[in-house]
Amino acid sequence: MSDAKDWPLWEVFVRGKGGLSHRHAGSVHAADAAMALEHARDAYTRRMEGVSLWVVESSKITASDPGDAAALFEPAEDKIYRHPTFYTIPAHIKHI
Amino acid sequence: MYTTDLSGKNANKLESMTVEDPARAAAFEARVANDEFIEPKDWMPEAYRKTLVRQISQHAHSEIVGMLPEGNWISRAPNLRRKAILLAKVQDEGGHGLYLYAAAETLGTSRDQMIEALHSGKAKYSTIFNYPTLTWADIGAIGWLVDGAAIMNQVPLQRTSYGPYARAMVRVCKEESFHQRQGYEITMAMTDGSPEQKRMAQDAMNRWWWPSLMMFGPPDDKSPNTEQSIRWRIKRETNDELRQKFVDVTVPQAEAIGLKVPDPVLKWNEARGHYDFGAIDWEEFYAVVRGEGATAKERMTARVKAWEDGAWVREAAHAYAAKRTAAKLAAE
Repeated sequence: MSDAKDWPLWEVFVRGKGGLSHRHAGSVHAADAAMALEHARDAYTRRMEGVSLWVVESSKITASDPGDAAALFEPAEDKIYRHPTFYTIPAHIKHI
Repeated sequence: MYTTDLSGKNANKLESMTVEDPARAAAFEARVANDEFIEPKDWMPEAYRKTLVRQISQHAHSEIVGMLPEGNWISRAPNLRRKAILLAKVQDEGGHGLYLYAAAETLGTSRDQMIEALHSGKAKYSTIFNYPTLTWADIGAIGWLVDGAAIMNQVPLQRTSYGPYARAMVRVCKEESFHQRQGYEITMAMTDGSPEQKRMAQDAMNRWWWPSLMMFGPPDDKSPNTEQSIRWRIKRETNDELRQKFVDVTVPQAEAIGLKVPDPVLKWNEARGHYDFGAIDWEEFYAVVRGEGATAKERMTARVKAWEDGAWVREAAHAYAAKRTAAKLAAE
């Protein structure tokens, strides 16, 4: 589908400000990592949206298959005892 | 996290994923009806994928071609403030095109294929950009009316059912509001100006009003894809609903700065709570869609020239990256 005429695709992650984690913003095409950073800067941070950028070649990302979503994520649904609201504590007990 | 890479083995997987299967189709319809977002690796009907590729790539092409009529005025902006603003706006349009191309690529089409389709005339872009920008007042009218109409179209697309498209539209909408306001400000400055400037502003209004209404596309009864697109939650409102909204909000904006909307039958309808407006010349619309007219040729000539003139840069970057990779491998 993608052919050699296009520069490789890179995924762009932006740290909005100090203290926040990097978050996926979108993709750019670029011949190499340095160019990917430049394109990411022009495409995704024109309005002070970030203080730091990560780029990673899209083909290097391993993603889970949506078809496996049930097997991967549903087992957590019947383990409600992992949430604090599962436990009933009398109202007069404070700071817990 | 999804990955947008659809090359190699992922491409084969894509094919096997899209074999039509009634159970999967029903599950898909239920998800969409339930307002869930569809993501790149999710199963989707082939027609849904095709509709999205067509719509998103057309949208991307419109952003890119839209840089041309405005770029025409960068070197002749009346002062440095206006020039800096126009440069930023045109750069934004390029950015919007890139977000949208990236969203379309998640559906398995390549950037190169889309660019090729645009340049060969196979892919369409918004008819609005096949009108010439004759005076500086046109830059005001484009920002105010054309971007205003675009915003009206794009706001509901932030909730479109395809995740990457919806996310691209969230970014676009955040940036688009500045475009409309700077255009209105240009128009306002001219209607506050000399009689000649007022005439220019009115002339721009006269030429851009009807094409802006046409931007919402054919009327609902002549828009074959609307029903399906609404059912799939790709579109959230019909062409006519959005057009009416645009007329309703824009007429008072024109009146506030003393401009006359070039429609003799335009009238507030108290009972409907909307403006009634005149019939649109759809023959003109279809002629522009077919790419008739000198401006359409000029736009594509400019696009193809920019692409071809830039070929050596793309090739050099490829070659440089290959050389560096080879050197790095040799050193390991």
